[in-house]
Amino acid sequence: MKIVIPLKRTIDPFVKPRIKADHSGMDLANVKMAMNPFDEIAVEEAIRLKEQGIASQLIAVSIGDDKTQETLRQALALGVDEAIHVSHHTDLEPLNIAKILKAICDQQQPDLIIMGKQTIDNDNNQTGQMLAALLDWPQATFASACVIDGQSITVTREIDGGLERLKLSLPAVVTTDLRLNEPRYASLPNIMKAKKKPLESIPLESLNIELKPHLEILKVEPPPERNRGKILESVDELISALKNEAKVIE
Amino acid sequence: MKILIIAEHDNQRLKPSTAQVIAAAKKLSDNIQLLVLGYQCGSVAEAASHLAGVEQVYLADAQCYQHFIAEQLTPLIVKMASEYDVIMASASTFGKNFMPRVAAKLNVAQISDIIAVLDPQTFQRPIYAGNAIATVKSLDDIKIITVRTTAFDPVETIDHSAPIVNAAPEPTHHTTEFLDLVSSNGERPDLTSARVVVSGGRALQSKENFELIEQLADKLNAAVGASRAAVDAGFVPNDYQVGQTGKIVAPELYFAIGISGAIQHVAGIKDSKVIVAINKDADAPIFQMATYGLVGDLFEIVPQLVEKL
Ligand SMILES: Cc1cc2nc3c(=O)[nH]c(=O)nc-3n(C[C@H](O)[C@H](O)[C@H](O)COP(=O)(O)OP(=O)(O)OC[C@H]3O[C@@H](n4cnc5c(N)ncnc54)[C@H](O)[C@@H]3O)c2cc1C
Ligand SMILES: Nc1ncnc2c1ncn2[C@@H]1O[C@H](COP(=O)(O)O)[C@@H](O)[C@H]1O
Repeated sequence: MKIVIPLKRTIDPFVKPRIKADHSGMDLANVKMAMNPFDEIAVEEAIRLKEQGIASQLIAVSIGDDKTQETLRQALALGVDEAIHVSHHTDLEPLNIAKILKAICDQQQPDLIIMGKQTIDNDNNQTGQMLAALLDWPQATFASACVIDGQSITVTREIDGGLERLKLSLPAVVTTDLRLNEPRYASLPNIMKAKKKPLESIPLESLNIELKPHLEILKVEPPPERNRGKILESVDELISALKNEAKVIE
Repeated sequence: MKILIIAEHDNQRLKPSTAQVIAAAKKLSDNIQLLVLGYQCGSVAEAASHLAGVEQVYLADAQCYQHFIAEQLTPLIVKMASEYDVIMASASTFGKNFMPRVAAKLNVAQISDIIAVLDPQTFQRPIYAGNAIATVKSLDDIKIITVRTTAFDPVETIDHSAPIVNAAPEPTHHTTEFLDLVSSNGERPDLTSARVVVSGGRALQSKENFELIEQLADKLNAAVGASRAAVDAGFVPNDYQVGQTGKIVAPELYFAIGISGAIQHVAGIKDSKVIVAINKDADAPIFQMATYGLVGDLFEIVPQLVEKL
């Protein structure tokens, strides 16, 4: 079984993002970057399927600037077999990312695509569903467990109201939620080995897909500030403040 | 401008989110229609027909819609889309699941999680865990929009009812099979629309101790939430998670108990009117944004609160 894992290089989740002074976008110069956390979970899941002897070939794909290759090397160090870098220097919207990923999947013909439910920068939560639509494959979003059995995959989904299980025929698209697994760290020997694994970089233009913008970002501004409140001394003071000052309880 | 809203429900009850999506839609146009997809869900269509501002309700009642599987819901919405300028749903796990699929089939963008409508083309949405608000302009003819419902006050229920029209289902060959749903919710108010939310974090240490949070919530008729750490540790079910990648809440009153206030958690609570933080670490980041803070041991403070309220 062949698995494609699309992933994005995003801001490190523990860094506080800054907005450019002219409000044209985010200021990512010299900011610590990392693999999108949900994509780390996707990579981990694929590696586990390989370790269980279910998957045989794992291919990571990322669209982004040259630095993206570092993130793909990290996926190789974790246990992915090959990586494809689609070189492009601006941030693309989910529909266009999904179209590029579809072109790659048309070439690679995977049995399964595992990817993040959401990027932590643009918080879109769209690309997996869109890719499934373009391929006309079944989808299971927000996965917290995956079991493969022959030609189908059973996915537990974290939804409002509980945990739902769906059984999909393969090929299919699965998007990961936080509790699917706990990603491992790459070992030093594996980081060394990853340097020899195949990483192909292709320009976006070579894929010959027609992409157009669907959304224009007019500006990016800070959210309204919340003021720092008061530290109270006792439960009585709190109850009194909630009743008499904030008037949120009776 | 004509708008179609996909109603959110469980085949028995309409969820409060639908009335909030209508409120967002009203900022765009008064020509609002609702689509209820489900199975044996006539009562849902009936409830939807009484929401202020709805001109017509379409009811697609068929077994293939019983479990809201994205592959099943998509074809009918895509077929109806050509009649509309905007299609909207709530940015819950319901809307997030099928709306991007609809958008891709129509070859248009989805605008996720809008919190404001500036004009018929221009919307605001939070990005980077709510650390920035982007103003985006849609260049598409059909706009597919998911709504952050906490940003809009629900429309009212009225006596007058809009006509209910049957819509023929649009079955597909897709074979995704629903196996089961292990439901997490008891009788508590819905987390995303409750007036009061009481959340607990890692500091609760166990499922048993988390009862303390439940007791306080009982006193306040509140919904119960949690940080990711509390969910990961198994104290509470997954859909209690509040934050960037869980549920967004904006109650009148939010309690963060034994929660440090990581950016991902704060992203989900920022728009609450009053935030109360209870934490034994005076330097915990949560105190920087809480309206009222109590520094101390939650195992002493919460029982006192329960007793005195
Ligand atoms: C991709 C990604 C997505 C995430 N999404 C979310 C999300 O949606 N929601 C979310 O919540 N988190 C999310 N997180 C996790 C987030 O970064 C934090 O790890 C998490 O919120 C911490 O939970 P906590 O505050 O309960 O635990 P901790 O950070 O461990 O804080 C526990 C707090 O309890 C206090 N405490 C301990 N004992 C007591 C006591 N007896 N009395 C009073 N106070 C006490 C401590 O002082 C501390 O401040 C995400 C992380 C990533 C990487
Ligand atoms: N530039 C990209 N290259 C490869 N995969 C991506 C890219 N952007 C998003 N993805 C994938 O799509 C998922 C969801 O992203 P989004 O829809 O932007 O929230 C991510 O978790 C990745 O798996």
